Amino acid sequence: MSIAPSALPIGMRGIEKRFGSVPVLRDLNLDVEAGEFLTLLGPSGSGKTTLLMILAGFVRANAGSIRVGGDEIITTPPHKRNIGMVFQNYALFPHMNVFHNIAFPLKQRGVAAAETAERVEKALDLVKLQGLGERRVDQLSGGQRQRVALARAIVFEPRIVLMDEPLSALDKGLREHMQIELRSLHRRLGMTTVYVTHDQREAITMSDRIAVMNAGRIEQLDKPESLYSRPQTQFVAGFIGESNFIPVECRNGSVWYEERRIHTAAATPAAGQYLMVVRPEKLRLLANAEPTSGVNVLNATLSDIIYQGDSFVCYAVLRDGRQLTLRDYCRSDVLAKMPAPGHPVSFGLDAQDTILVAAD
Amino acid sequence: MSAQTALMQEKAGRSGPDLNTQALHMDARRESLRLLALLSPSLLLVFAIIIVPIGWLFWLSLFDEAGAFSPANYARFFEQASYIKTFITTFKVAFIVTGACVLLGYPLAYMLSQLPRRAASICLIFVILPFWTSVLVRTYAWLVILQRKGLINSWLIDLGVISQPLSLANNFSGVVIGMTHILLPFLVLPLYASMKTIDTDCLRAGMNLGADPAATFRQIFFPLSLPGLASGVVIVFVLCLGFFVTPALMGGGKVIMWAMRMEQTTSLYSNWGAGAALGVVLLVVTLALLGLFQWLLGARATGVWSSR
Repeated sequence: MSIAPSALPIGMRGIEKRFGSVPVLRDLNLDVEAGEFLTLLGPSGSGKTTLLMILAGFVRANAGSIRVGGDEIITTPPHKRNIGMVFQNYALFPHMNVFHNIAFPLKQRGVAAAETAERVEKALDLVKLQGLGERRVDQLSGGQRQRVALARAIVFEPRIVLMDEPLSALDKGLREHMQIELRSLHRRLGMTTVYVTHDQREAITMSDRIAVMNAGRIEQLDKPESLYSRPQTQFVAGFIGESNFIPVECRNGSVWYEERRIHTAAATPAAGQYLMVVRPEKLRLLANAEPTSGVNVLNATLSDIIYQGDSFVCYAVLRDGRQLTLRDYCRSDVLAKMPAPGHPVSFGLDAQDTILVAAD
Repeated sequence: MSAQTALMQEKAGRSGPDLNTQALHMDARRESLRLLALLSPSLLLVFAIIIVPIGWLFWLSLFDEAGAFSPANYARFFEQASYIKTFITTFKVAFIVTGACVLLGYPLAYMLSQLPRRAASICLIFVILPFWTSVLVRTYAWLVILQRKGLINSWLIDLGVISQPLSLANNFSGVVIGMTHILLPFLVLPLYASMKTIDTDCLRAGMNLGADPAATFRQIFFPLSLPGLASGVVIVFVLCLGFFVTPALMGGGKVIMWAMRMEQTTSLYSNWGAGAALGVVLLVVTLALLGLFQWLLGARATGVWSSR
């Protein structure tokens, strides 16, 4: 199936949206590259779904511009936008069978019956639902409905596809399977895809780039790896992955935590108060006699150890009462260093793993 | 084998899966008895106020005025032209009133379904409000409005639109206007309820896939509203067939419907057998229509139609 002979880029400038007097999107700018899989990630109420609705044309922005390719589409009605969309609850037409659901966009475009049948067949093939065309929608499982919705959104070869939390109604195993499948389908068809989710793991698994949204703004737009390893705000660091935050101070060109100098790999930012982002898997247990030159040592009191089979989680409390979490695999050399709960413990954090963000 | 071991074996057998099967069976019996006990008051009521009178009606219809067993009451339908005329009038009124209710009610229900929740519930009160007044009062109100020197005629004459009063009451159009008004909520309410269940994302999906608003309405909204429309139409149509007060008052004696005929036959001519036969025929025709309707809808449901 030859979909997306030329995927189109999307350029959004100055998008503003208010519901009544409540601002939902504030001066939002976003560029989606042609053929890219971009995810809008954020908590509920962050404006990600509204932004998708504005892209699809169901919601009109109060201000701003949307360019697809070279064309301005901000005033184009939804039925003329030629954008495929997969809805959260699939929105399949209950009075039509699978075939007619998928044929619907082709029928609207006046495609001849023979070609329609052929293209629907190919689309069914693509989503692995061969031979289910005559099924009624209510005879399908959740996963199958998901696939029909997907087939319907791509059968008319749109150059942009939008997906609004399409996997949220599926159970965990199926969801993870569909993530991989959606990803490979995107690689094969190459259409520009904007995906909305509140599940950070899903976003990281699937996306080329992720736009983390918070309170109607894009906090950070980056590749999944960069987003995880170099979050730029406290919100992003807290939303993507687990983090503990330790307040630190920058002065005289170095970083200080409780009068101890913190080794960092990156350049020291301007003087002021910052938060150090500590990821549980970046910490390691230090034995008493271990050399610690160049390593940041955090002394704490061990409060609890949770055994998780292949790995364990250590909860410790710093002197100032802040909690610190460490996660590591259950190797004998690691376990040998483990003190009993209630005893002092030392955690090591390498200089290249220190991340500083401004406090929100 | 001694008798003792046989007894022990029997005991062992009973205590195994056999015992459980018996217990399950007992539970099922007890459950159905309990259900029957709970249902019995309403079943008795249904029997007393529906089955018995209908049986009685049917029984009565089989005897002529002299009290002899005869098919005369049914033969009369084919012999007397006035019966056939009444029959045709009744169905004509039912079709026209149902059609008028659909034409007025569908856009109304659609508008209600698209309004925000608060506004919709306020508007719904206005739809339901007439239910709180008696049919008789509302029918007289229509007479006041529609009669020769009524509000509409006097306004139109004062405005110079017409010189002679229109005959709006005491004839066929009066019956249709009055019945349409009284039966409209019976169409609007089920239709509104079914329209509210239509997923707005389905309509969005329609537009997203390239259907303009009119096509989305035609291909998605309208088919999905059909089950609600069908139940509204059935209710209105069936109520029309047996309607009495409004045609009796608004028809000016010129529009004789089935229920009026029954009233005449029993209270004027005291011919209970003939009246009962009228009732039986109406009941059978109504049931046949409902059956036909069910069959038509059922046929659609087995096709691409969902049974929703």
